[in-house]
Amino acid sequence: MAHGPSENFFTRWFFSTNHKDIGTLYLWFSFAMFLLGGAFAMIIRAELFQPGMQLIKPEFFNQMTTMHGLVMVFGAIMPAFVGLANWLIPMMIGAPDMALPRMNNLSFWILPFAFAILVSTLFMEGGGPNFGWTFYAPLSTTYAPDTVNYFIFGVHLMGASSIMGSINIIATVMNMRAPGMTYMKMPLFVWTWLITAFLLVAVMPVLAGAVTMMLMDINFGTSFFDAAGGGDPVLFQHVFWFFGHPEVYIIILPAFGVVSQIIPTFSRKPLFGYSSMVYATAAIAFLSFIVWAHHMFTVGMPIAGELYFMYATMLIAVPTGVKVFNWITTMYKGSITYETPMLFCIAFVILFTFGGFTGMMLSIAAADTQYHDTYFVVAHFHYVMVAGAVFSGTAAIYYWLPKWCGRMYDETMGKVQFWLAFIAFNITFMPQHFLGLAGMPRRYSDYGLQFADWNMVSSIGAFMYGGAQLLFLFNVIRTIGWGKPVEDPKVWEGADGLEWTLPTPPPFHTFSTPPVVK
Amino acid sequence: MSHLIKIIAAPYTFFVASFASAESGFWSLNMPRGVTEVSNAVYDVHMLMMYICIAIGVVVFGFMFYVMFAHRKSRGAKAANFHENFTVEVIWTIVPAIILLGMAFPATTSLLKVYDTDNPDIDIKVTGYQWKWQYEYLGEDIKFMSELRTSQDEQYGRVPKGEHYLREVTQPLVIPTNKKVRFLITGNDVIHSWWVPDFAVKKDAIPGLFTSAWAKTDQPGVYVGACTELCGKDHSRMPVVVEVKEEADYYEWLAGKKAEAALYASTIGKDWSNDELMQKGKEVYGISCAGCHQAQGEGIAGIFPSLVGSSIVTGPIEDHIGILINGVAGSAMQSFADQLSEVDIAAVIHYKRNSWGNDMNDIVQPLDILNYKQSR
Repeated sequence: MAHGPSENFFTRWFFSTNHKDIGTLYLWFSFAMFLLGGAFAMIIRAELFQPGMQLIKPEFFNQMTTMHGLVMVFGAIMPAFVGLANWLIPMMIGAPDMALPRMNNLSFWILPFAFAILVSTLFMEGGGPNFGWTFYAPLSTTYAPDTVNYFIFGVHLMGASSIMGSINIIATVMNMRAPGMTYMKMPLFVWTWLITAFLLVAVMPVLAGAVTMMLMDINFGTSFFDAAGGGDPVLFQHVFWFFGHPEVYIIILPAFGVVSQIIPTFSRKPLFGYSSMVYATAAIAFLSFIVWAHHMFTVGMPIAGELYFMYATMLIAVPTGVKVFNWITTMYKGSITYETPMLFCIAFVILFTFGGFTGMMLSIAAADTQYHDTYFVVAHFHYVMVAGAVFSGTAAIYYWLPKWCGRMYDETMGKVQFWLAFIAFNITFMPQHFLGLAGMPRRYSDYGLQFADWNMVSSIGAFMYGGAQLLFLFNVIRTIGWGKPVEDPKVWEGADGLEWTLPTPPPFHTFSTPPVVK
Repeated sequence: MSHLIKIIAAPYTFFVASFASAESGFWSLNMPRGVTEVSNAVYDVHMLMMYICIAIGVVVFGFMFYVMFAHRKSRGAKAANFHENFTVEVIWTIVPAIILLGMAFPATTSLLKVYDTDNPDIDIKVTGYQWKWQYEYLGEDIKFMSELRTSQDEQYGRVPKGEHYLREVTQPLVIPTNKKVRFLITGNDVIHSWWVPDFAVKKDAIPGLFTSAWAKTDQPGVYVGACTELCGKDHSRMPVVVEVKEEADYYEWLAGKKAEAALYASTIGKDWSNDELMQKGKEVYGISCAGCHQAQGEGIAGIFPSLVGSSIVTGPIEDHIGILINGVAGSAMQSFADQLSEVDIAAVIHYKRNSWGNDMNDIVQPLDILNYKQSR
């Protein structure tokens, strides 16, 4: 069986070193985590449907908000884009596989164990992590349940997995490009992932450092984050956000890449401003390292620090604006059609830009006095995380799935899912801006009567949004099992790139002989 | 006809009216303008940013929608093949940068106002506890806790919710009009954050550090805020309530507070009966202890120990006093020495030792607590 997948189920999936199979594993795992994290969100929104404690206890509510954040960020969004990278990077650069296939296997198979450890804490005495996905000390150290040690171990494992995955991507992109595929000819998805991989390698060790210091504080009597022992609780926040801010770009940069592939296809026109897209991505990545303390405008920094972080943060609007203008100009004078992937990408451009606007408002330190840690922030980051990362991930699946499995999805069902998701998303998160401005802090298990109306609207939207995801799952399964066969290598009329020169579905080993790129 | 116009204009009127209103009432859309110079400056910069974003949005999305409509394949649009234009790309890099420069000026001046904490008339130390606030008037020898007054019954839907649900406290912070009040903010256990939207004051309360903020207003009234840094299970149950009084009323209140403290001190020496202690103890327990140890002393397994038959509650009384006065290092059990009066501590200890099947029948007096504190 040298040229195909093993017929033994266990050997094929557990021992796989094939980029497509591992990509598939990543994608299914991330979707499972997406549903789990979504279930946590449903519990949160059900409890917040009305003021008062109806369904769960406050301490469980805090575990839900924490686990929702952790599972969505580390379990759903990040692995989804690693899955896409696995599937697509070798196909896009004309390589037979990833550069380090065994490490690829390991980096995936760490994840189910990491999340099994993390989620199992919910069933332990004292409950799971209840200190928010940002786990500020000393709430996450001195005052944490004992299960925090499992959380720390889980985070270490996720970090190891991410670092291995990114090293693999860097090695692949640097060494395995087909002859003639220069850096400035790489598809933008490959570029954004290359930059993302460097971000990951740079900041995951910082996260590991933060949780290791926590581990020491909790179990070995150190005082990194305890003022009484000469430490500083604010140090934790600096370390965390030095990881955390690049982390949000780790999530959004590959999404930029996806959108930059799809919009040209359905506009039937090459991407506008390719090189400025590359430079803008690099600029955003660089800026992401020097703006972290804008998450900490209320910790009482000296005013000089506050001003610096404000100005630096405002700067991010420039390269981000360049990207948005490029996407719109790509569509300008194109010949546009609106298949499901394109709809999700257009929604991405509109809603991500909206999230960018609120981001600009948040960068104004004085105004952040009012916004900080309210639902305004919750709304802001869901506009960039959900309408940004999740929408583009969904677009990517609709766009490349027919290529991968040689079967077409149901376009009507796809469009219904899009409109349902688009409308439900806005019903859920638009009112959260109003709640935040009116004074509702985030991570509240209960609230005053003045917030009741918008909370109810938001909850209804959230349940609708959850329903839309089940439709997506159904459409994907239906496509893989029963979709109409596609034979055209290009699948889409306007598609361009090496992956579309392969047969549909592509062979198990991608390019056995490298293609030549002019 | 005019009726029709009204109906069509209704959403617009609603939208504008809500933005114009400073009320944070039902269906409210915008932040309050607030009652201080700082909050007004913050409101102005917030509105400015929003208008700039709306203007950019109208231009960018307007163009985008035009393209989406005009250049559809179904309308017969043929794709052009251009993919770069140096001039355009330079322009749309520089123009946003200029807009940002314009924003930087109001952003800086408003921040300078927020940070202008020098030369206050009154200093108040604000300490965040799990899950209440302590206010100390520096130089006045007045210090008290401000805790949520909304009952568990209201929270769990056993009785209807009151108008001020989760917005009412045992004692609000009281400040005078027309005085610059500086808040020196710190935390006792975990990080909290003290927020009063109408003052545009939000600063983290960090154990071991001090942060500062200030407010000066000429408008008396009651202003409600919240804790905005996740601080554990009752994060949403430690509202901030500030009452701004006219200057004369404030000094009257201050004098009354001092007299109250003096009167209270005189009750320490008195012998309290079993009934008096039980009654007082039950009240104190409900506010200060039940949040963790629960209404019937049962605790929460793995997090907060049960008090029913516990070795401390049914052990020597000295140890029981000790744990309330000193707390337990490295746990959520805090020291109550500065939070509760001697009378409260004596009463709550007595209550715990004689409730839920605990039957110690010993009696502890406020004077014992005072002696313990002084001998430590």
